[in-house]
Amino acid sequence: MSATTAAKKKLSVPFDYDKYLRPGKLPHIWCPGCGHGIVLKSLLRAIDKSGLTKDEICMVSGIGCSSRTPGYVDFNTLHTLHGRALAYATGVKLAKPELNVIIVTGDGDALAIGGNHFIHTCRRNIDMTILVYSNFIYGMTGGQFSPTTPVGALSNTSRYGNIEPVFDCCDLAKASGATFVARGTAYHTLELERTLLAAIKHKGTSVVEIIDECPVYYGRNNKFKSVTQMMEDIEKNGTVSVKQADKLPPEKVQGKLLRGILHQVERPEYCEGYEKLIAKAQGKG
Amino acid sequence: MAGNKVKRLIQGNEACAEGALYAGCRFFGGYPITPSTEIAEILSVRLPRVGGKFIQMEDEIASIAAITGASLAGLKSLTATSGPGFSLKQEGIGYACLAEVPCVIVNVMRGGPSTGYPTGPSQSDVMQAKWGTHGDHPVVALVPSTVPEILSETVRAFNLAEEYRTPVFILYDEIVGHMREAVTLPEPGELEIIDRAKPTCAPEEYHPYDTNYDVPPLAAYGEGYRFHITGLNHREDGFPTNDSALIEEGIKRIIDKIEKNKDKILKNEEYLVDGADIVVFAFGSSARSARFAVNKAREKGIKAGLLKPLTLWPFPEETVRKAAKGAKAIIVPEMNLGQIIYEVERCAKGVEVAGINRVDGEPINPAQILEAIEKFS
Amino acid sequence: MSQRYELRFSGSGGQGMILAGIIMAEAACIYDEKNAVQSQSYGPESRGGASKAEVVISDGPIDYPKATAIDCMLALTQEACSKYFKDIKDGGILLVDSDEVKELPEGNFTLYSFPIIDTARKELGRTITANIISLGMITELTGVVTHAAMEEAVYARVPKPFLDMNKKALQLGFEKARELKEKKG
Repeated sequence: MSATTAAKKKLSVPFDYDKYLRPGKLPHIWCPGCGHGIVLKSLLRAIDKSGLTKDEICMVSGIGCSSRTPGYVDFNTLHTLHGRALAYATGVKLAKPELNVIIVTGDGDALAIGGNHFIHTCRRNIDMTILVYSNFIYGMTGGQFSPTTPVGALSNTSRYGNIEPVFDCCDLAKASGATFVARGTAYHTLELERTLLAAIKHKGTSVVEIIDECPVYYGRNNKFKSVTQMMEDIEKNGTVSVKQADKLPPEKVQGKLLRGILHQVERPEYCEGYEKLIAKAQGKG
Repeated sequence: MAGNKVKRLIQGNEACAEGALYAGCRFFGGYPITPSTEIAEILSVRLPRVGGKFIQMEDEIASIAAITGASLAGLKSLTATSGPGFSLKQEGIGYACLAEVPCVIVNVMRGGPSTGYPTGPSQSDVMQAKWGTHGDHPVVALVPSTVPEILSETVRAFNLAEEYRTPVFILYDEIVGHMREAVTLPEPGELEIIDRAKPTCAPEEYHPYDTNYDVPPLAAYGEGYRFHITGLNHREDGFPTNDSALIEEGIKRIIDKIEKNKDKILKNEEYLVDGADIVVFAFGSSARSARFAVNKAREKGIKAGLLKPLTLWPFPEETVRKAAKGAKAIIVPEMNLGQIIYEVERCAKGVEVAGINRVDGEPINPAQILEAIEKFS
Repeated sequence: MSQRYELRFSGSGGQGMILAGIIMAEAACIYDEKNAVQSQSYGPESRGGASKAEVVISDGPIDYPKATAIDCMLALTQEACSKYFKDIKDGGILLVDSDEVKELPEGNFTLYSFPIIDTARKELGRTITANIISLGMITELTGVVTHAAMEEAVYARVPKPFLDMNKKALQLGFEKARELKEKKG
């Protein structure tokens, strides 16, 4: 078998998602056209590539559509309160630093009700991976505007157009001290897989904002004709890879969200810092 | 041996920290709040010495969340707060009740409502302890009234939390929290320590809410049992359910596990209650004033007695019923405008029940109680 | 002594009144094998304001931890004296700093007035030792704890570099109180 044929053969072997999914827990609650399932597939492929075992992963979530993810996957899983996922996760991680903690949260969960936990988790630089699924709307409660809803957009609580400016999740994470900040979309699935793998491997607080679509509430409210149109307008044409951005003329970049790893630095990690503190307290430091 | 024991004059809050360490607490998550802060300060020093973890979270809500997470990772966990923080923690308390996560929450009670009187004592959170979080849920609350009791009751709180897989409250007023008394520190092995039951079955057979048990064993994250925990009503395997029969069954089970074991959870101290004409029902620092008044009344020939609960929730219904039989009156002094008195009334039908209340940040004076005893004798 | 013996230490925040209360309680319950309860009340300020610590000592169990009828009170400031003297019982003792407390309260108690802070400054060079001098004086005036117990309690509490200074302060307190008592006759 030639090298090319081998590569082709490898490609043709479908990824075994079932390995990571809990038997009997599907179908999921997500609506047709929702991006959460696509993101989950990228995440599971990234986890597979990370080499982590299922026992080593603890997935924590808050409340919202994306926060139902832990129920479907075969890890140590914790579905908590609205906004509080990061605080629960901090307890798990500090109590058992050997666990690899991944948090699944949404734009409302992480940036509105959980905003305080979000900035302080970033500040501590505790080694966790935070996925913020951003679809510009509160989906589970039926379509109210969120901190990422664009100005002027319609929702069930902004019928005259949203007048609140948006939070840039990545800027907020960086300013708060997160040492890995990235953005991906549900459209760019392979790129997202690579980004998530890098986020998981990074030592410290990693934040990945994932732009995806809520066709039922955001889409219908804002006159998108189809899921495809949403994905193309928002995820494909509304973003540009950070690698390409430098090479493109300014007008092609302006108003677009950057994708890829936006920020990565090294800074002392919280749990390691605490181990040093223990050594000091025990007179070994 | 007894001669070698360390006797120290310590503060109530210090005794709480000592009790927690003795019980095996290895995680504290908290937020600074008067008058409970000494507990956090002491544990920030002492926990790392025994390999434990202390974290000052960004707020009160994060604190209850962090200790719940740490407990699920296998550590005995504690938080300490006061009225305003206790209010903020309520949603997380409900989560721990439903998810059945052992943890201990100390509330050093200060004057309220709102910011109220941060440095003044109060007993006005006793009903919040019972009904603060939404929905029907089990409640276990311990109410020590001396510094040595704070130590032993803190140990008992951890034991109850672990044994029954539920949050346990320790409620004491600022007076008891900040006063100093001599305490003989218990030696290892002297007090019973209970650890949560862990599963012995194969991971694939593990159900975190196995209905074959009153209190199902609890695995820790990262030990091969990849289980699911949620704040939604759930089935015995831990996953959410909309099945009405299972929802009701689940809620009833978490309440029943406490109700069924009330005899083991209740603890009271009866002082001259047998044959007493006047029974004073008092807890926390009010019980100290009451005992003083009871002694004075006895000197005057009045048959007075003190019924002091150490477990306030579940309420000691039978004990109050028994004490009420043959008594002329029950007096209920409390540093609030009348909360526990209604529980006493409920259990003492046909007997006069009178409250003594104050919310001025001053303790209930023994003279006030004596006056009431004399009035009803 | 199965009776309660109640002491109140008052002054302004930062004068070491709470520490004085703690040391008195330790002298009684750790070194004299009696029972003691120490409590305090405080405001939002850490320094300044009226501060008080109370100690109840008894051979029997102590129920009510706060003062009911004070046997002995110390006041290092006028504000504390005026605010807190009313609870002194008939036949009790009030010890005040003579420079600070000019308006002397009247009552059915024995009043001792002595320049405690000034003595601390002049004899020991540190006004902060006023609380230890006071403890020496109160021990001598009341006899509620033994001299030996008070010495042990003070020595166990103060940091090593300040041990000599505090030893002197305590002895000075014993001595000055003896002189005061003799004067009163």
